Amino acid sequence: MTIVKTSIGRRSFLKVSALAGGGLVLGFNSLISCTNKSEVEVLALPKEWFEINGYLKIGDNGVVTIMSPNPEIGQNVKTSMPMLVAEELDVDWKNVIVEQAPLNTDIFTRQLAGGSQSIRMAWKGMRTAGGAARQMLREAAAATWQVPVNEITTEAGVLSHKASGKSAGYGEMASAAAKLEVPKEVTLKEIKDFKIIGTDRKNVDGLNIVTGKPLFGLDYKKEGMLIAMIAHPPAFGMRLKSVDDSQAKAMPGIKDVLTINTYTEDYSRQWCDVDAFSDLVVVVGNTTWEVMNARKALKLEWEAFDTHSKTFSTFWGTSESIKVPGGLENSTKHTQLMAELSTKKGKVVRKDGDPEAAFKKAVKVIERSYTAPFLAHNTMEPMNFFAHVTEDMAELVGPIQTPEFMEKSVAARLGLPLEKVDIQMTRMGGGFGRRLYGHYLVEAAVISQKLKAPIKLIYSREDDMTFGTYRPAYHAKYKAALDENNNLIAFHVNAGGIPESPLFANRFPAGAVANYLAEEWAQESNITVGAFRAPRSNFIAGAEQSFLDEVAEAAGKDPIEFRLELLEKSKSNPIGEKNDYEADRYAGVLKLVREKSNWGTEQSGVHRGVSAYFCHDSYVAHVIDLVMENGKPRVQKVYCAVDCGIVVNPIAATNLIEGGSVDGIGHAMYSGMTFTEGTPDQTNFDKYRLIRHREAPSAIDVHFVKNEMDPTGLGEPPFPPVIAALANAMYKGTGKRVYSQPFVKELETSALKM
Amino acid sequence: MAAITLNVNGKKQTVDVDPKTPMLWVLRDHLNLVGTKFGCGIAQCGACTILLEGSATRACQLQVSAAEGKEITTIEGLSENGDHPVQKAWLEHDVPQCGYCQAGQIMSAVSLLKSNPSPSDADIDNAMNGNICRCGTYVRIKAAIKTAANSND
Repeated sequence: MTIVKTSIGRRSFLKVSALAGGGLVLGFNSLISCTNKSEVEVLALPKEWFEINGYLKIGDNGVVTIMSPNPEIGQNVKTSMPMLVAEELDVDWKNVIVEQAPLNTDIFTRQLAGGSQSIRMAWKGMRTAGGAARQMLREAAAATWQVPVNEITTEAGVLSHKASGKSAGYGEMASAAAKLEVPKEVTLKEIKDFKIIGTDRKNVDGLNIVTGKPLFGLDYKKEGMLIAMIAHPPAFGMRLKSVDDSQAKAMPGIKDVLTINTYTEDYSRQWCDVDAFSDLVVVVGNTTWEVMNARKALKLEWEAFDTHSKTFSTFWGTSESIKVPGGLENSTKHTQLMAELSTKKGKVVRKDGDPEAAFKKAVKVIERSYTAPFLAHNTMEPMNFFAHVTEDMAELVGPIQTPEFMEKSVAARLGLPLEKVDIQMTRMGGGFGRRLYGHYLVEAAVISQKLKAPIKLIYSREDDMTFGTYRPAYHAKYKAALDENNNLIAFHVNAGGIPESPLFANRFPAGAVANYLAEEWAQESNITVGAFRAPRSNFIAGAEQSFLDEVAEAAGKDPIEFRLELLEKSKSNPIGEKNDYEADRYAGVLKLVREKSNWGTEQSGVHRGVSAYFCHDSYVAHVIDLVMENGKPRVQKVYCAVDCGIVVNPIAATNLIEGGSVDGIGHAMYSGMTFTEGTPDQTNFDKYRLIRHREAPSAIDVHFVKNEMDPTGLGEPPFPPVIAALANAMYKGTGKRVYSQPFVKELETSALKM
Repeated sequence: MAAITLNVNGKKQTVDVDPKTPMLWVLRDHLNLVGTKFGCGIAQCGACTILLEGSATRACQLQVSAAEGKEITTIEGLSENGDHPVQKAWLEHDVPQCGYCQAGQIMSAVSLLKSNPSPSDADIDNAMNGNICRCGTYVRIKAAIKTAANSND
């Protein structure tokens, strides 16, 4: 039995609940008016709703509305988070309607999509909200029936008192329950008693998605709304010099052309206020096509800027100054520079034993370097936001992963008090980290304020792909030493990037090698970067796990057995103290994937690679089966073993793991942003390759380690390791190791187009 | 500007627009049918796929004047209640993650099944190759298309 104090971990829980005594106190989001039942069924809506707490309200007929607090980017929190409430409320999921909660930090904590944290952070709080409501319903029934509360049981939304034979639906007691005090303690269910958590529940927006309902920011409309598009410099390192808008202004449907400065000099940036271009030209008109055409008629001049700096407050509240170097950068020079820097001494981040001496006495030394380019996030829904700013109010609607932070940005930038800024979250056509950075939201607000009109800012794909906030470019050099018995006696990694290092010095194989050295470096750039699905891990996992495959081969060991031996060492005799992984859970996913893939059995024409990685508190191992078709590698099957603790919604978790695996394979194989004189060489999907149907795996087989650990991250962990499983399988298929992403560039020859 | 009469989802509607306007923006901005999505604007991602006389067509490259008098079907016109066999298969397999590309995927799948009621894996790959899913739901899309194909038997 788990008893939790209702105030623990939810700073505002009691505050809400105190409000809840009055019944309907909170305005529920009316943005999406259609109910979201997953099948073709519509619930009879109640005549009256009773709000029990900030997370839920119960109708007089027993229908329950549960609020989903966090932004939905495709990670399925809109279904999975309300499941936590429904479980402890003890209702039939069929009677649940889910609504996207408004941004309200008085009620909800951490309304953010990022770091694979939503379920982890909500695990206790949202179950407590459901449990507290259930307790209040039981108390209401006890008072009505004049029986002891501990004799009242619940099941699927029905309260029962066995001795007297009385029973009532939640709807009948909701009015009385809403008037009660919130219990100080709530008893949560035992894991074995879960009826909703751990069962497949389909996407609550499924029907709305397959019928094309207006769910996304780009679909949002309001009476009198104008369309706005921006023009930004064609190259990083440049800024706006002059504007001739005479022709554009005269074009049909055009209301205005203006320039804006998104983040003025006196504005104090937050960590999520990253933007490469703050001086923008804006075209505003009646329809998208008219605005697109007028934008082409702008005559704009640009100029190179000089080195300067920008100050940001960090996620942790400290302040840092970022140097923005002048100059027009080139990818070919970046590659040369990174290779050069990797030969120099970096900043030592971790050192165990005496690596130098160990390398000297090594029998075999293996040294390899890995690189990966900048990546654009390329969410399928381009950046956009609706804004209506009046003198005393800012109304904003659209796709944003960080509404709480951006509310502060907008308030500060517009000079409005925080409570006068209202941000409504729409379902997002992908996030992947890109929509953590809400400059487009601020741009929309500034445009609306200047224009004194409601506007929707839309980025074209080209705007979206060339505006920056990319995954950084990375380089990692590894060196391993084997003794005469093929034991790994020393390990050295020197990793860096533009503009940040991808290194996690305390992750595997740290802790498993007696002599270990980790160094890092970074090179500044005016090309802006941001978090991209599994930041840093999205590169370093592939490098490290490809390298370990080569070391295992040099040691004459099976690659899974080799990793398990190292994990056993780090468990029984850990080197150093700060090893931020659990060796047993790490080994667990490797063993599970070995079993499920029948590792060790040979199939003619099938080439296999393995990889495993830990991030966001979760463990993932992949085995890839690859076949060669006309000289081209094709992933036939992916086996994936995952330890993410308790799996809340297996069907959705499986989908996310399948997607993360495809995403990892796709980016490593095909994708990359390159630059010539600061100008992106790729501006749309004709040149920027994303994985497509024909290149996707034919099957993905997902398995979970069954345990009763609290849930850990899931949106990001399946991405990083699959890259090495692919590289290692390709080596088996082609006889060639690949070191530079995108791998197609390494595999292509004049005779073989990939 | 010109008055152009369109037949969208079985309904005749007249719009007054530049005849060169892509069908995508006519649907989204003028007819309020926003199920058809904007992804790239150059027929490379398939998010804007509609049916023109029953065949999958990228609405971002279809000038409205070229669609005059022709039968146009968008995701909104596929069924009254989301019970088209392809939509049902999508729900059965719980295909969407973010969901943004799925209308286009569904329209391409409908077009494929119309011309090829029992597609092989390779047929599906080829017909669907123009539709990008950044979330990587390709395996589920393929499974859903097969389910929909079997439901037509």
